[in-house]
Amino acid sequence: MNQSVFRLTLPILFGYLPLGMAFGVLFTTQLDYAWWTAPLMGIVIYAGAGQILAVSLLALNAGLLEVCIAMFVLNARHLFYGLSLLGQFKGAGWRKLYLIFGLTDETYSLLTSRPRGTDRAYEQELDFRITGFNQCYWVVGCTIGALLGENVVFDSTGIEFALVALFLVLTLEQFKALGEGFPIWLGAAAAGVAMLMLPSAHQLIGAIALVTAALLVQYRKSHGQPSEEESKHG
Amino acid sequence: MGESGYLAAFIVVAAAATFATRVIPFLFFARHTEHPLVRHLGRYLPAAVMALLATVFLQRSADWNGLWMGFDALLPGALVIIIHLWRRNALLSIAVGTISYMAIQQAGI
Repeated sequence: MNQSVFRLTLPILFGYLPLGMAFGVLFTTQLDYAWWTAPLMGIVIYAGAGQILAVSLLALNAGLLEVCIAMFVLNARHLFYGLSLLGQFKGAGWRKLYLIFGLTDETYSLLTSRPRGTDRAYEQELDFRITGFNQCYWVVGCTIGALLGENVVFDSTGIEFALVALFLVLTLEQFKALGEGFPIWLGAAAAGVAMLMLPSAHQLIGAIALVTAALLVQYRKSHGQPSEEESKHG
Repeated sequence: MGESGYLAAFIVVAAAATFATRVIPFLFFARHTEHPLVRHLGRYLPAAVMALLATVFLQRSADWNGLWMGFDALLPGALVIIIHLWRRNALLSIAVGTISYMAIQQAGI
């Protein structure tokens, strides 16, 4: 079983090792905390973009409320992953908690796309091991990166741009999956307004509030009318 | 609160917030998966939040007053977008963008 799990998760290995290493290097070169905090975060937080954002929040000494809101909203897409796995995880017993904890983008895409047999308990055990293997790759990547950043001396000025690059890539991926540009422009515009109106400590929360409010208004407008078809012509 | 106290609290909060996004659907949404508001937010919120984060952090990476007038970050940012549209390889796009930004910053122009 472990051999087939390894084969299934091999693409994730190639994605998680370098990204985990990027996080580890970023962590030890940007911050003064002990190197092993990086793999520790990989174990207890286990979120790629979230941990990389955490480095810049730590560097700013961000308040805990801001940390909570920023991490929640950044990972809010996970809210919608669970919805499609409610049935698949049903009856998984004690494994269910870990399956939910380890539901990253990559694990989600693997669990929802792999072929499944009829033996429910066996398939859930497989899901469980896939999740575990993936987290191992991630923690190993974080560890290697943290040790590299700690021990290899190089000028790391500007390496924090990896966060910006990651967000740009994720934005493009969202755009391609959605096929609509409107939420992208909405997000960018909300950020622009927040940056002009608010001090830098409150810009993130302000922009998030603006985006959510705009989406709620849009929802009210499109659902307050008899039907979407009619509203288009009206 | 000392430095290590802050770090410990930070990790607990970050872990709890992340876990919350993964567990909430299993706790509360089981019967609301088809609610149109849930589907509306599920469709648009992630893309809007990513664009918002990209914009805020891109602006913060740039030096708007120096000789570059912001292009020290806008140029690497554009490079990330072009390379990602071309090859669609996340690691390649991130690596090229970060290395070019580091080169510009370290050149000290």
